[in-house]
Amino acid sequence: MGRRLILTGNDAAAEAMRQIDPDVVAAFPITPQTELMHKFAQHVADGDVKAEFVLVESEHSAMSATVGAAAAGARAMTATSANGLALMWEIVYIAASSRLPIVMPVVNRALSGPINIHCDHSDTMGCRDSGWLQIYSENAQEVYDNVLQAIRIAEHPDVLLPVMVTFDGFILSHTAEILEGLEDPVVRKWVGDYESKYTLLNTDEPVTYGPLDLQDYYFEHKRQQIEAMRNAPKVVRDVGKAYGEISGRSYDLLEAYELEGATRVIVALGSTAGTAKAVVDEMRAAGEAVGLLKIRCFRPFPEAEIAEKLSRAKAVAVLDRSVSFGAPGGPVHKEIKAALYGTGCDIGLVNYIYGLGGRDVSMDHIRQAFTDLTTIAREGTPSDGVRFLGLRD
Amino acid sequence: MKERAWTEIPIGGVIEDAGNAHSYETGSWRTYRPIWNEETCIHCLRCWVACPDSSILLEDGKLTGIDYEHCKGCGICAFECPVDPKAIEMKLETDVSER
Amino acid sequence: MPGLKQLAQREELMAGGHRACAGCLPMTAMRQMLLTAGRDTVCGCATGCVEVVTTIYPYTAWRTPFIHNAFENSAATISGAEAAYRSLRRQGKIDRKINFIALGGDGGTYDIGLQSLSGAMERGHNMLYLCYDNEAYMNTGIQRSGGTPKGTATSTTPVGKVIPGKKQFPKPLTEIMIAHNIPYVAQATPGFPKDLSDKVEKALEIEGPAFMNVLTPCTRGWRYPMEESMEIARLAVDTCFWPVFEVEHGKLRITRKPKEKQPVEEWLKRQGRFRHLFEDQNRHIIDEIQADVDRNWAWLLKREELAQS
Repeated sequence: MGRRLILTGNDAAAEAMRQIDPDVVAAFPITPQTELMHKFAQHVADGDVKAEFVLVESEHSAMSATVGAAAAGARAMTATSANGLALMWEIVYIAASSRLPIVMPVVNRALSGPINIHCDHSDTMGCRDSGWLQIYSENAQEVYDNVLQAIRIAEHPDVLLPVMVTFDGFILSHTAEILEGLEDPVVRKWVGDYESKYTLLNTDEPVTYGPLDLQDYYFEHKRQQIEAMRNAPKVVRDVGKAYGEISGRSYDLLEAYELEGATRVIVALGSTAGTAKAVVDEMRAAGEAVGLLKIRCFRPFPEAEIAEKLSRAKAVAVLDRSVSFGAPGGPVHKEIKAALYGTGCDIGLVNYIYGLGGRDVSMDHIRQAFTDLTTIAREGTPSDGVRFLGLRD
Repeated sequence: MKERAWTEIPIGGVIEDAGNAHSYETGSWRTYRPIWNEETCIHCLRCWVACPDSSILLEDGKLTGIDYEHCKGCGICAFECPVDPKAIEMKLETDVSER
Repeated sequence: MPGLKQLAQREELMAGGHRACAGCLPMTAMRQMLLTAGRDTVCGCATGCVEVVTTIYPYTAWRTPFIHNAFENSAATISGAEAAYRSLRRQGKIDRKINFIALGGDGGTYDIGLQSLSGAMERGHNMLYLCYDNEAYMNTGIQRSGGTPKGTATSTTPVGKVIPGKKQFPKPLTEIMIAHNIPYVAQATPGFPKDLSDKVEKALEIEGPAFMNVLTPCTRGWRYPMEESMEIARLAVDTCFWPVFEVEHGKLRITRKPKEKQPVEEWLKRQGRFRHLFEDQNRHIIDEIQADVDRNWAWLLKREELAQS
């Protein structure tokens, strides 16, 4: 069914993009996303793709050109990291509110300052309310699979929202893994042709994009965005299932790993989920009732599903690779806490901020969290609800 | 225009009806009204090409009148008119009662 | 090149009912541009007067496809639309010829959008960037921009007890665009409609990026009677404050030389924003502006001569 490939996360995203062959790709270099576009540039140079490759002078223009291309009816993509995402911030919101189904791999990197090039999730977590879907990837296989699925999700008529496929900088972007790729014709058929309802290039039926939307209609347009986000979970699930039929790898909003009978559960996103799985395996082998809940789709946030998955746990540790300064805990933690509110469950909940600026997270750190959960399961939510993993005290 | 519910409008803020500003009246902004004199007009089109509000009406390249629904009464047309006496004159709205 | 009679046979692509101030010459420029470009034209506009007044939801004055994205990215946005067009055309999904025009005021062009403009021009997109230059941020309430003339009273450079308006000369944007070595750069004004129309037509015909800087008087910001808009525009040309010229593949041609070059005072004195310059203690600023105008005009004549030799 597939092709065995050895690719880094960046290569995997570039390979998916080669196969999707978008009409327009805009690119601007930023570490650690750079090699993704190097690979794609080679495909352009070799004539493997038909895409117009627009090498812009900033990420702000990358997103702006992508918006212009998508509004003109093109399937348009770009990719970025950290400060690049921050620079395009304004237009990230405009892409979503204009309902343009852009797919953008984001290679997670810490936001400045001080400047740092390594992984954390401060970049994508910062724009979690921008109206984009966010799908986090655990490994290079998922990077590849998620990019391919994102096209179908974004362009689904019930959604029509942009999608970020995120993966951890360096940890995934620069590490080679073995993965399975689909054949080109299979991908061509999977993504199909993009037909946009409103295109600037249809001069026979001219439309206006981006009007001045005041007190009388802005609210209605926001309500439409909310509706699209509400429609999205079903689409993400359906697409994940359909993808399973062509690849043998199905996807859901979440991945429950050894949750059956687990009293102590860790919640994680991205590559850390892989590290946690190894610890869970080891501890399960030693007879401990531990499990992992991996959040794949962070936006929209699968609140009910998460509450259900955690309902039988006694203690839960939420791992956040970013800070929400001044707030009671990291962004994932806050949302999980909210998801559990009113469910009547009695769960001890703790938040670990970890891995900022690429600080390594080891199996020992995960073991430590599970050990802490033993106490928390017994005594309930600790008074120091926000803790730090891997920080020098 | 009747205000519509969120389920009744195109998504993304897109406006499908190109040029529908035409149904928005701006003529009431006017203090002075341009009055066109067909007799003296030489159809030089200077008023037409200068009008910011597309309010000098033409047919087959010749003036046919003024669009009072949209004309804001800036008076550029009268100012630009090269004939003497002018083929467009500005008159106070309050002095020109009929619409 | 179409004359007024030919233009008058064309379709009016800017609907009345937009919310521009009475006497708004930027809107006249838009009309002249669209009459020339025709309906197969995609326009994008930076945040600013033209964008705001033409697209107050649920209304649009544009009878052609239009996109507003943000303030600083009109050029990048249209470059993306043009890239989409090239891609889809290559794939045989579209066959008609489409013009691409990015628009911005002086704030959106000289200042916040300069990087986006420079990038789009450097990349060589087949598009026209047209700056409607009304010499200040009019939409937000007449603040100074990099394109505001020296000595101008604006909301952020008011005339006070110690400072007589804007201190700096404007950024030479047209020269900056000429320095990009793009195939076509021009200055124009709707005060001379045929000249503007000819230039738009040429800019759209030429393969590759084109830039036009179009002086568009603003009755509110410049403080002159609204009916005088066209005359104020023409006077800017006749005083050589705003020479109309084009640079086609590096060759400069002045498209309209005043019969008699008038002193810049003649233009300045018609506008309330320069009133304070006529007070004794500020007269030297007029002299400086005149010297700048003279220098620039002489340099243009010289370059035209060089282009002809």
